[in-house]
Amino acid sequence: MTVSFAIDVRGMTKRFGEQTVVNGIDLQVRSGEVYGFLGPNGSGKTTFIRMLCGLLAADAGEGTCLGLDVIRESESIKRQVGYMTQRFSFYEDLSIAENLDFVARMYAVENRREAVRDSIERLGLAGRQKQLAGELSGGWKQRLALAACMIHHPKLLLLDEPTAGVDPKARRDFWEQIHELAGQGLTFLITTHYMDEAERCDRLAYLSYGNLLTRGTAEEVVAGAGLTTWRVDGPDLQELARLLRGRAGVQQAVAFGTRLHVSGTDAAALERAIAPFLTERHSWQQIKPGLEDVFIHLMGSSKDNFSQ
Amino acid sequence: MNHTKKRIPLSFARFWAIVIKEFIQMRRDRLTFGMIIGIPVVQLMLFGYAINGDPKHLPTAVLLADNSQQGRSLLSALKNSDYFTFVREVKSEADADAALATGEVQFVVTIPENFGRTLLRGDRPTVLVEADATDPSATGNAIASLRTLLESALRQDLKGPLAFLAGSDGPVNLRVHARYNPEGISQYNIVPGLMGVVLTMTMVMITGLAITRERERGTMENLLSMPTRPLEVLLGKIIPYILVGYIQVGLILIAARFLFRVPMNGSIPLLMLTSLLFIAANLAMGITFSTLAKNQLQAVQMTFFFFLPSLLLSGFMFPFRGMPEWAQVIGEVLPLTHFLRVIRGILLKGNGFTEVVLQLWQIILFAAVVLTIGVKRYRRTLD
Repeated sequence: MTVSFAIDVRGMTKRFGEQTVVNGIDLQVRSGEVYGFLGPNGSGKTTFIRMLCGLLAADAGEGTCLGLDVIRESESIKRQVGYMTQRFSFYEDLSIAENLDFVARMYAVENRREAVRDSIERLGLAGRQKQLAGELSGGWKQRLALAACMIHHPKLLLLDEPTAGVDPKARRDFWEQIHELAGQGLTFLITTHYMDEAERCDRLAYLSYGNLLTRGTAEEVVAGAGLTTWRVDGPDLQELARLLRGRAGVQQAVAFGTRLHVSGTDAAALERAIAPFLTERHSWQQIKPGLEDVFIHLMGSSKDNFSQ
Repeated sequence: MNHTKKRIPLSFARFWAIVIKEFIQMRRDRLTFGMIIGIPVVQLMLFGYAINGDPKHLPTAVLLADNSQQGRSLLSALKNSDYFTFVREVKSEADADAALATGEVQFVVTIPENFGRTLLRGDRPTVLVEADATDPSATGNAIASLRTLLESALRQDLKGPLAFLAGSDGPVNLRVHARYNPEGISQYNIVPGLMGVVLTMTMVMITGLAITRERERGTMENLLSMPTRPLEVLLGKIIPYILVGYIQVGLILIAARFLFRVPMNGSIPLLMLTSLLFIAANLAMGITFSTLAKNQLQAVQMTFFFFLPSLLLSGFMFPFRGMPEWAQVIGEVLPLTHFLRVIRGILLKGNGFTEVVLQLWQIILFAAVVLTIGVKRYRRTLD
């Protein structure tokens, strides 16, 4: 069985002046997959997505998006892609129904009225369709934006931090909707900073300073990092972390809630480093590192090529 | 209640913090800062030299029906005068009318048949001067100078025994016809002109903000991610405001008719067609500014950069022919200049299509060039 890719690009590069914001990224996203795109702020996630949907002209790179040439056929790609911007970018002085109607007209959706009505119903906004978009709360704005960028039945959805500033309940509902749609065959590329969301993705990629550092399923990413992690419980963890940092073998000592995660890539060296601290005061336990441990590790090991 | 409201005292440190922040922001927006400094300088130079309330060298045609020496003396005196520039000789009354109607000339001087003979007989022949008085301020001084001009021209011929002819009343009878606006009512000139000025200002401004607003509100990113073409966006943003422009035209025409009693001699449908082209030209200008400006403030500044020359160099406030050549060249580019000629022509002179068609073409040309720049400048990506 051959795998069909919704996105299959190589060497995508974008420079702004001297800065290379996206540096030769290769990415394959299978059809029907929910693909997580992670990385710190300014790592090039948004720029990469904008190149995919023709909002920015790539300086280098090639490949296909929905089988269309990503450089030359961006007009055709736009018709089949839904792009949800990081910042709410529909018209705040138009009502929900008017916004949806505008988008439907832009994409020349067939049976426009019906499509808008269905979309409003699916949103659960039937009673509030005349409300101005600007009056909606963050969670509802995000639902409206998702409904609007799906009204033309795209095959691929590019969602840029769709859940930033949205409450936990709305986030949970949102992800349920994503998986339901993915089950119907839609492909998603989603950027996020939330670890629980990253874990719900079929596959992940991690960007830092324009470079793709790792990719794969959550397990593959964790395994690939080769990290050993100890979890510490007890009093005065800040003090303990300060003492541990800088010791050979300890690459990071990070607070996770009320606990401390101490990690390193060299398990033996790490064990030697923590040996003096294995006292009655704290309880130490070696655990399987999580995605967050790995991402903190990745962030720490890539250097900022923008700062002078 | 007798508790007093506690107020924080004024703080110099906080006030100074605001001052510093404002300066930093001013310095960041280089273009705005440059325009704040540059516009007054450019406009001072432009208008300081261009504006002249006492227009001279006004184009004049002569209908010379008498070939006497005295007639030719008059003609050559006109050619040498300061206020009049002899353009051509017209052969008939109809010719003269046409030259005035199209605005080709400001004056037609008619020297009647048997002018020389009547003069020598001592019967004070009549010299008829027809002036295009749509703009009374453009013709006033020239007309005032006419009598002296005629007398000094004929003084050469009326020497010796003929000197008695240059008697107390002067040798000739000068009759001035102020055509189109015989009473010299300046409202007749100003009110139709105001329509053009109001349209220029509002139309350019409204559309000037159209694209920059999308960019500032972040909706541009969304719009660009949809499959649209620049012309669709630009034209789509222009059309609704044509309607707004028509509402303004209607209001001003009603006011002109019933409040100011401006004569309406020509065809109103033709005026509406002209207004359509003029509105479109201004909207095209605005939308093009919108593609050039980075933010709404810059768009407003550009609007003013366009509006002031339109106001001052179009012939609205000061007689067009009073300006130096280079200023007239700039004025000829502006759509308002042509619109003023058309609207004054239609309302006051009763111009028809053939008389205004040249001006219409120039408005269309302006709109086409400007919209082309706008479409070229419209960025389809966020780069």
